[in-house]
Amino acid sequence: MPLRAKVASSVSRTAAALSRAAGRGDGSVIGGWIGLKIDPDLLAHLSAGRAIALVSGTNGKTTTTRLTAAAVGVLGRVATNSFGANMPTGHTSALAKAGSTPYAALEVDEHYLAQVLEATDPHVVALLNLSRDQLDRAKEVAMMAQLWRAALVRHTDVRVVANADDPMVVWAATPPADPARGINPPHVTWFSAGQRWHDDSWVCPECGSTIQRSGEQWWCTGCPLRRPEPQWVVEDEGVLDPTGAWHKVSLQLPGKVNLGNAATALAVAAEFGVRPVDAVSRLGIVTSVAGRYAQVDKDGRNIRLLLAKNPASWLEAFDMADEAPTLLSINARDPDGLDTSWLFDVDFAPLRGRQVLITGDRAYDLAVRLDVNDVPFQHVRTFDDAIRSVPPGRLEVIANYTAFQDIRAELDRVN
Amino acid sequence: MSTESLRIVWIYPDLLSTYGDRGNALILARRARQRGMPVEVLEVRSDQQLPATADIYLVGGGEDGPQALGAQRLIADGGLHRAVAQGSVVFGVCAGYQLLGTSFFAKGVQCRGLELLDLRSDRGESRAVGELAGEIDPRLGLPALTGFENHGGRTHLGPEVSPLARVTAGIGNDGATEGAWRGKLLGTYSHGPALARNPALADLLLRWATGAHQLPPLDDTWSDRLRTERRAAVAAARA
Repeated sequence: MPLRAKVASSVSRTAAALSRAAGRGDGSVIGGWIGLKIDPDLLAHLSAGRAIALVSGTNGKTTTTRLTAAAVGVLGRVATNSFGANMPTGHTSALAKAGSTPYAALEVDEHYLAQVLEATDPHVVALLNLSRDQLDRAKEVAMMAQLWRAALVRHTDVRVVANADDPMVVWAATPPADPARGINPPHVTWFSAGQRWHDDSWVCPECGSTIQRSGEQWWCTGCPLRRPEPQWVVEDEGVLDPTGAWHKVSLQLPGKVNLGNAATALAVAAEFGVRPVDAVSRLGIVTSVAGRYAQVDKDGRNIRLLLAKNPASWLEAFDMADEAPTLLSINARDPDGLDTSWLFDVDFAPLRGRQVLITGDRAYDLAVRLDVNDVPFQHVRTFDDAIRSVPPGRLEVIANYTAFQDIRAELDRVN
Repeated sequence: MSTESLRIVWIYPDLLSTYGDRGNALILARRARQRGMPVEVLEVRSDQQLPATADIYLVGGGEDGPQALGAQRLIADGGLHRAVAQGSVVFGVCAGYQLLGTSFFAKGVQCRGLELLDLRSDRGESRAVGELAGEIDPRLGLPALTGFENHGGRTHLGPEVSPLARVTAGIGNDGATEGAWRGKLLGTYSHGPALARNPALADLLLRWATGAHQLPPLDDTWSDRLRTERRAAVAAARA
């Protein structure tokens, strides 16, 4: 590593440690920010010599990265940005902090995938899904798919693990080849985990025709784009690998969506030579991910935290949550997106029959939505009021990003 | 009304439903049912023919590609023009508002609109993103408009339409006026589920559709609180 990079890396670690010691945060962004100021190529320098997996998508990337790190850990030490700091500053901090490791598993914000592909020269990139999220500042879904596609054209040597059930991802992962100019399509391994949310892929990104669906199959009515045959498939409480062997997956994380994340992690680890049979037991060690799925006992209530940031992830959260009293908390601060319109893309009907409490900066937006949805609810001002309003036992908390962080702070930044 | 039940058509949810546009159909249907009106909501996809006999047509928001495609298909279909000629109500939001005019820009190209409203849209220098508020045309007898806008267009009104509102926060058409209406056609840049924050506007559309001079009041506690909170947020941002 060049001297400038060594200095930058060392200062970066110190700043991160100071940030944590001062109680200012996880230290997962500030260190990288300072390091990159000293050496703009620090991320590339820190990546050199490591076999790296990148994980990107609208939903599930933090959890999938955590599971991937656990699976690849069969082979040796894995650096990872486990606090969900998923932009280049976060990657820089994570790699600097980890020191020398043979492997790294990095979660990447979908907008930064092209840049991080360039800087880290990864061995594998996992593409999970693309759906509407924070449209007041984020890119529309089709444009995001186009960006991914353009990035993969420049990195046709990277191995891709991609979701066969998401037409936008399939299109992004299969850029046109041009063998005459030495451009070959990237090697893609497909996984299937089922997908509840379809409302961003009714129109073909290739030709603009309607996409038809029947069961798990989907196909474009105007061009050859269709669901590829997946090699890794979620089946019952386990995962089928490409040889047809079925592995039981016992997770401590709830929901079918996490079985899908586990399948993805096993597929990514396999690209490093990890056999699923060796990795599968390690997935069960993961109990919570940066507070997501964490359970806290307080005042006789067993509180479980579920993060849901956009329509697709709310549908998955309802699937994970038990039939128990449920607190919903909604903010619309910068990291959440300022626009609450998406609440009407979510059908809250699965909550009927449960005791529903609402809170957060934008509880009134949620109140109007639930009212139209015929879901009775009670508005509470604080998290403590919520706890007092439910009987002892399980309390499910479903919150969007900053609302989730607020509640996590009330519970001593539970991880 | 055309038949014994109120028929609401949500036009092209596969193309024109960027963010919560479904809300307008849900809100109109619920407010009608609460007044004892039977309601039928039809979601008509862009590969289906548009029925010309419904009472209310909703045209939602969309990105450039879907907006241009939606306009083309609506012009080719002709159903919305027939419905308007028969006196149906049309509510257009954001991209769905622009395409009711004579022309709009999508992906840098001028596209032909449906020519149902005398207005045309081009591109502004910057995107309008944030809270939108305005005082509504007094002839409509409605409380202030509140919403969230997210668009790159600027809309120029011709003499045959009236602005829906005078802007007090945000951009709307051009920073001065917001939206437009003529007869039973109304459009706004207040995007997505615009009626969630404007239940009186929802009731105006229902009155236009049914011919009722007034409708029994409903319990709007939560939308009233939401409106008050948003008004305070806009005022705080300005201070």
